[in-house]
Amino acid sequence: MWDYTDKVKDHFLNPRNVGEIEDADGVAEVGSIACGDALKFTFKLDEKGKIREAKFKTFGCASAIASASAMTEMIKGMTVEEAAKVTNQDIANYLGGLPEEKMHCSVLGREALEKAISFYKGAPIRAEEDKIVCECFGVTEKEIERAVRENRLTSVEEVTNYTKAGGGCGNCHPLIQEIIDRVLAQPGSSPAARPKLSNVKKIKLIEETLEREIRPALKHDGGDIELVDVVGNRVMVATRGACSSCQASNQTLKNFVEVKLRELVWPELVVEEVSA
Amino acid sequence: MKPVYMDNNATTRVAPEVLEAMLPYFHEFYGNPSSMHSFGGQVMKQVRKAREQVAALLGASPEEIIFTSCGTESDNTAIHSALSRHPDKKHIVTSRVEHPAIRAVCAHLATQGYRVTELPVDAEGRLDLEQYKRALTPDTAIISLMWANNETGVIFPIEKAAEMARERNILFHTDAVQAVGKIPIDLAKTPIDMLSLSGHKLHAPKGIGVLYLRKGTKFSPFMLGGHQERGRRGGTEATPSIIALGVAAELAQKNMEIENTFVKGLRDRLENTILSTIPNTKVNGERVNRLPNTTNISFEFVEGEGILLMMDEYAICASSGSACTSGSLQPSHVLRAMGIPFTMAHGSIRFSLSVYNNEEEIDFVTERLPPIIETLRGMSPYWKTSARLCGEA
Repeated sequence: MWDYTDKVKDHFLNPRNVGEIEDADGVAEVGSIACGDALKFTFKLDEKGKIREAKFKTFGCASAIASASAMTEMIKGMTVEEAAKVTNQDIANYLGGLPEEKMHCSVLGREALEKAISFYKGAPIRAEEDKIVCECFGVTEKEIERAVRENRLTSVEEVTNYTKAGGGCGNCHPLIQEIIDRVLAQPGSSPAARPKLSNVKKIKLIEETLEREIRPALKHDGGDIELVDVVGNRVMVATRGACSSCQASNQTLKNFVEVKLRELVWPELVVEEVSA
Repeated sequence: MKPVYMDNNATTRVAPEVLEAMLPYFHEFYGNPSSMHSFGGQVMKQVRKAREQVAALLGASPEEIIFTSCGTESDNTAIHSALSRHPDKKHIVTSRVEHPAIRAVCAHLATQGYRVTELPVDAEGRLDLEQYKRALTPDTAIISLMWANNETGVIFPIEKAAEMARERNILFHTDAVQAVGKIPIDLAKTPIDMLSLSGHKLHAPKGIGVLYLRKGTKFSPFMLGGHQERGRRGGTEATPSIIALGVAAELAQKNMEIENTFVKGLRDRLENTILSTIPNTKVNGERVNRLPNTTNISFEFVEGEGILLMMDEYAICASSGSACTSGSLQPSHVLRAMGIPFTMAHGSIRFSLSVYNNEEEIDFVTERLPPIIETLRGMSPYWKTSARLCGEA
């Protein structure tokens, strides 16, 4: 069962603003029944140009209903310019968070909002050069780029959680990976923006981290670890003492040593045990 | 709130008499059946009895029963054993609607040089025996077809399929996890070579399964280890669970008629009331050759997770073939194989009953459900326009 917050449950069981505004200023339909969720969204402005009324209808799961309900609540009283700044993360935050696999519901809400604003402004809805990447769910390159950038996504799985792209046949996974690599390589996108680490510095940092963070914890349980070599991102270690005969030492290496080294030295390090 | 439990194809309640029978084997008679002392030996006698009880339910002999940890292990064992005993054969025949315990194994083997034929089903979930016959080749190492489908309850013509396999000397395995205990099975009269069952689907606990292996069938163990199960499955016997499964098997035999009269009656009442009180609903899968406890109903234009969570407010337990509940993004592979339209597949709900359900519960569900569907349809952008179209047709 999904771990939904009380706020998600509340917005699902008592959804706000269900319906359709007849003479709406902004109208949008996103998603499709084939994809498993669809959202129809309308809004109406007051004389001061603020959103007076926002309504939705949705075919979708609990989190899709809750996301649409939350989005309509959030934007009431906003100007169109203010509403345009609402991100999918804002919608998810308003609900106290959504399960990772359900983040695409918040993205659907943001898409509907954006499309309705474009409708209001009379702007074209989809740029012509935008191409479909995921055929199964009809997700475009721009949509994926944007989700990667705004939510700092680093894996295909995350992209699928946020946009559904890649959730069907899986043929587009290499394309999605290319988009991730491209977006993350752009200046200012945070995970890849680390300074380059020279090999000498890397080894030094690994040694320091082992000494300061890891060996004391292992010694506490009668074990120890020794750095044998570093080749690229492969950190070769040998276990000593209680660790060398321990059945769980492999897990310790992966779940503790590797995690620490990735966190404190370099995110791509892989720890391997060698007999030395 | 006491749950109104209608999700028995997912798992079942451990029967009170089953629980009572197994408990002493945790703390009182905890000996290892392989031990040389009589403290362990007395447990071995009970394991032997359980083996006989399970064999009796299947029309098998006790030495044909191998206890495993679950249905999935039994399925894995069957396929891998067949392939390793027939290294010259590289073809597997199965269906598109199998449980993941078979599908995932076959998908993996397809990457290891095996050719896998996944037989399609028709819109009612039925298998075409002519097509099946054409799929069998001299290169076929094993056929694996489920006896009854977990999602729709549709029963495959396993007896006929097994006979056709026997005529061609091809090993035949069936995943009977959903069928055992719900419909009569007599392996003495059906040329099935291997059969998987799972304890927790028939009121025994989770973590115990059986692989039936017909006497004389070439076998190679999956779990290597000690001499347990006559060297066919290593690992210390899960004695409390084995003893529980024995009692559950006996109970299932006793309840077989109730299952096919009383439980079937409840299911029909639930199904017919839903169909007659809620418009745009349809049963998925053929209604004749079907497990007596299962109904899979689509509520058009709404999404299954919403229905489940609204029913959850009343502690009604069921499941859905919708994408949102599966953790994947596509609706159930079974409904897709049947060609059920998306508008229907996303809104499918499976109710699966047991002897512990009663008429009051059926009425409770059929009273609560119409307003739930109405609420969700009121939110659905497809409901109004499509319903009008349907009304005209």
